[in-house]
Amino acid sequence: MFIEIQQVSKSFLSRTGRVSRAVDDFSLNIERGEFLCLLGPSGCGKTTILTMLAGFDHPTSGDIFLEGKRVKDPSRDRGVVFQGDDSLYPWLTAQENVEFGLRMQKMPTEQRRAKALEMLKLVGLFGHHEKYPHELSGGMKQRIQIARALVNEPKMLLMDEPFGALDAQTRNIMQRELRKIWQATQTTIVFITHDVDEAILLGTKVGVMTAGPGGTLREVIAVNATPDWERSDPNYMACYDKVHKMIRDEVAKSVAHVEQTA
Amino acid sequence: MSAGRTEMDPKNQIEKPRSQPQEPLTQRKSEQGFVSAAYKLLPNILGFVSLFLIWHLASVYVVQSLLFPAPFVVFQKAWSLALSGVLFENVGYSLRRILIGFFMGSAIAVPLGLIIGSFSLARKFLEPWTEFLRFIPSVAMITIAVIWFGIGEQSKIFLIIYSTIFIVILNTAAGVSAITPNKIRAALVLGASQRQVFFNVSLPATVPYILTGMRLAMANSFTTIVAAEMIAANEGIGVMLWNGRMYMLIDEIFVALLCLGLLGFGADRLFRWVIFRFAGRYSPVA
Repeated sequence: MFIEIQQVSKSFLSRTGRVSRAVDDFSLNIERGEFLCLLGPSGCGKTTILTMLAGFDHPTSGDIFLEGKRVKDPSRDRGVVFQGDDSLYPWLTAQENVEFGLRMQKMPTEQRRAKALEMLKLVGLFGHHEKYPHELSGGMKQRIQIARALVNEPKMLLMDEPFGALDAQTRNIMQRELRKIWQATQTTIVFITHDVDEAILLGTKVGVMTAGPGGTLREVIAVNATPDWERSDPNYMACYDKVHKMIRDEVAKSVAHVEQTA
Repeated sequence: MSAGRTEMDPKNQIEKPRSQPQEPLTQRKSEQGFVSAAYKLLPNILGFVSLFLIWHLASVYVVQSLLFPAPFVVFQKAWSLALSGVLFENVGYSLRRILIGFFMGSAIAVPLGLIIGSFSLARKFLEPWTEFLRFIPSVAMITIAVIWFGIGEQSKIFLIIYSTIFIVILNTAAGVSAITPNKIRAALVLGASQRQVFFNVSLPATVPYILTGMRLAMANSFTTIVAAEMIAANEGIGVMLWNGRMYMLIDEIFVALLCLGLLGFGADRLFRWVIFRFAGRYSPVA
């Protein structure tokens, strides 16, 4: 198996000294080349899962393996696309941002420039490569992030609600392009979202999480999508209904939980 | 309508940047650039003129006293002092002390600020130093500086270093801790080592804060140098002020004040220009 997440739990010590559970007994296997969308209501711990997959944080218990090796620290194996634009370097141009990883590997200038330009072309930013991030729109900044991660040729790409801050139009365009990029590069993607539509439009599989606190995996649904399916597709609608009901169910539970404890 | 269509066109799916970057001045015709630059500067120039105009009116028509000379009297005095070389000598001494102390102070402060901002252990250890010493104003250190280093250059440079160092340390450290965690995380997943993160992320991200601290320190240096020279020095703008008081040379006092204003203004403008010219790209929004 490509990625194995085995009974992972994560708790934090709050400021008042109470232990709060972010993720509880979460297990999931992901195959190579998969596009897995992790879907759940806010506060269910989906970002915590991604943080641990990236190696920024460690599970309190349980293990994560990538190709049989335990995930401990951040590594070039796992590229990350962050939600906001605060991970881009404002003092570097779009191209220099994309080259950053290659420069850290001490790749010769000419070679990394060629690679970066090629990648900028793939994400549709050709012609904007000399601009600084503040000169670019939100969607274009996310394209830089995607190019910056992919140019390093990671084994997988982790995306934390990357289109969450974009307007609806731009998000739509970005979703389609991400799908194309995924087909072109065959990179395994784990994509965090709270948007049912986004999850089934993009993913080959959708992992629905239970409501937090201390969320876990409720069900993994295989999405039989054709590469360019539309929202009018009956399969899409059936899938949407099914997943939407689950999420509504989970949100209702969490509301009930809050009312109970209050 | 046609604009809407192009947006839907799949070939045209790149969002336009929200704000078009300003065209660099060099790309415009130089004549046009000069005219528009002059036009932009006009309120500034008028502001300067009004300063001297009101000074003139107040001196000649309102106060009418020898103790408040009019601008042209001061300019005349400045001209004669400049011709005799006295003015340049004194201004030169003050400026030299400021520059040496300012750059030495910054050179010490930037690495310390980076260390304090990067390592919490270093911060905890050095915080008592910075938090204790920064509340002792450099002016209060003049007496001890003169006792330790005499009335020569050393005491002045020591004082300028002292007045520069804390503000630059604090700004640098604040800059390091203001770096968003995602910038560091992104570098780590792109394969950067801790050392590479420091030199390629932490340091450049802190540049705007360092320069801001240095600009504030420059203003402090002017205060300190005048006070120090008034108390113990043989030359400098502070000495001009002090001698003016001793011998009732009101005109000379005003020349010194005028010089301070112009020098400070000039230094600050120069600093802003350097920031814009060399470090503009390091600012989040230039």
